[in-house]
Amino acid sequence: MQTSTTYSEGATRPPKRNWLYFMRYRTLRFVGLLLFTLASFIVLAPFAWTLATSLRLPTESFTLPPQWLPRNPDWTNYNRVFEEIDFWRMILNSAIVAAVIVAGQLTTASLAGYAFGRLEFPGREILFWLIMATMMIPLQATIIPVFVLISRMGLNDTLASLILPSLPTAFGTFLLRQYFMAVPKDFEEAALIDGAGQFTIFSRIYLPLVAPGLAVLAVLVFNTHWNEFFRPLIFLLSRDNFTIPLGLNVLKGYMMTGSVSVVLAGVVMSLIPVILVYSFGQRYLIEGIMMGGVKG
Amino acid sequence: MSTTVAVNSQKRRSRNPFALLFENTLAGLRRRRAAIGYLFLLPTILGIIVFTAGPILVSLGLSFFRWDVFSPPRLLGWDNYSRMFSDPRVLLGFRNTFFFVVVAISMQIAVGLGIALALQQRMPTWMRYYFRTAFFLPFLMSGAATGIVIGYMLHKEFGPVNYYLTMIGLPQVPWVNSPNLVLFTIAIAYVWQNMGFTLILFIGGLNNISTEVLEAADVDGAQGFKRFWHVILPMVSPTLLFAAVTGVIGGLQIFDQPYVMTRGGPGDASRTAVMVMYESAFKNMEIGYGSAVAVILFIVILLVTAAQFSLSKRWVFYQ
Repeated sequence: MQTSTTYSEGATRPPKRNWLYFMRYRTLRFVGLLLFTLASFIVLAPFAWTLATSLRLPTESFTLPPQWLPRNPDWTNYNRVFEEIDFWRMILNSAIVAAVIVAGQLTTASLAGYAFGRLEFPGREILFWLIMATMMIPLQATIIPVFVLISRMGLNDTLASLILPSLPTAFGTFLLRQYFMAVPKDFEEAALIDGAGQFTIFSRIYLPLVAPGLAVLAVLVFNTHWNEFFRPLIFLLSRDNFTIPLGLNVLKGYMMTGSVSVVLAGVVMSLIPVILVYSFGQRYLIEGIMMGGVKG
Repeated sequence: MSTTVAVNSQKRRSRNPFALLFENTLAGLRRRRAAIGYLFLLPTILGIIVFTAGPILVSLGLSFFRWDVFSPPRLLGWDNYSRMFSDPRVLLGFRNTFFFVVVAISMQIAVGLGIALALQQRMPTWMRYYFRTAFFLPFLMSGAATGIVIGYMLHKEFGPVNYYLTMIGLPQVPWVNSPNLVLFTIAIAYVWQNMGFTLILFIGGLNNISTEVLEAADVDGAQGFKRFWHVILPMVSPTLLFAAVTGVIGGLQIFDQPYVMTRGGPGDASRTAVMVMYESAFKNMEIGYGSAVAVILFIVILLVTAAQFSLSKRWVFYQ
């Protein structure tokens, strides 16, 4: 779990030969960093353009030359978003869907991950690999029967139709299992000797110890479902139930090229919650994604 | 339960099977832990059966029927499949998807690995933090928003990219208007959005390389490209495999970005397999036909993944 601290040490040292060698090394390094910085600007450019354009006057949103920094910010476009579509409603819908799925997956995946990682019972291995195998099944290959099932349950065009099928998670189970397995056994033995029950051992001893894993899963799941497009497009029919990505798609359809800046204002607002959630969990993200991937 | 003593457990066993779970013995403890194991797995297993494993079987079943939801389904046999293989839109959809995957995923891996290698240089911590955040940030955008933003930026007449291209004397590039270019354009949008995740995989993979190996390489005088090709690359090959497998699985499901950017156009030039499936099942209400497309997509994913794993024996190096 200490990997996050090692990367500055893994880097190569400058070779100490002579003055000329040293200068060449310094110049190369400087040029390299300069190019790298340039690359990062190119990757960030769409964000800068989106923000700057969303703050331009609606009439000049597509006027050239493009703007990269907001000069004389004008907030008309942000008001227009709420006038064109019921954006508050969509924010609320997206928040409900993402938050409930996060809470649900944290619950189901921590229970299942604990069972696979720390408990012993007949059939554990085979059940584990069966669940892992379902990760290969793409969402699109199951969406038709799930849609039929949701309709039969009367959940057609509700937020529940998005939430309910997303509560179990094979990926989350795998990720948290990796974290549970990394906890030394001593904790559990100490708790047993103190007379703690099985559920107490899980909730009081293990769960706090895998908090970084829970954080990583929460960030990834929130990101996925806040941004989800395919399932809402199929499951949700009425505007009142739309989530933000569907709303942006509708907004884009209304606006055409006439007033791009309004759509971009919607994009900016849709980004704020994910960036906030990411900034809370980001310090665990690298090791978490590693746990879910390569170390397994 | 704590009052039950190990000595009288023999007597209780014959009467009540539940008592076995509460015996205060090592065997009782083991049984309790097993029971809790099954209990904890229940929500996940039940959920996966109902919403993933069951539906994939139902998809397979539905693909042999004609069904428009309103009238009862009619058994067709293999007709949906034989129709698919002579349906130009399905064939083109899969061809576009394969082309997209090859372009986008190789680009995504090259860019992700390149940035991760560049991050290995010595630099102040704040700088490393800035770069990591900058390259990861697009991953937080939705596919729909990515399609919107990149689509506008690459707009033929009003987009900032073409504005700068014409400024340096180049012609306007028809990024999304040209049938030959549109899949490249979507690949650029997709890679921009998703490279951050690949980058993090490679940062982790590179950090896992032991310092002894790197020092040994230094002592042997391996530098530059040689060092990369003979030392770094074999050592990150497991990560490379993982990035390729997950990248290809994700890429084969491409839908959001082209749907928002082009709706499959111009013509059918950017229509993907999932888009064809979506249109058949949910626009034309041909549930059975859509299911057949979905089943083929699933089989393609299985085959490609299996092929990658079996080929990996030749090039992946495990420590």
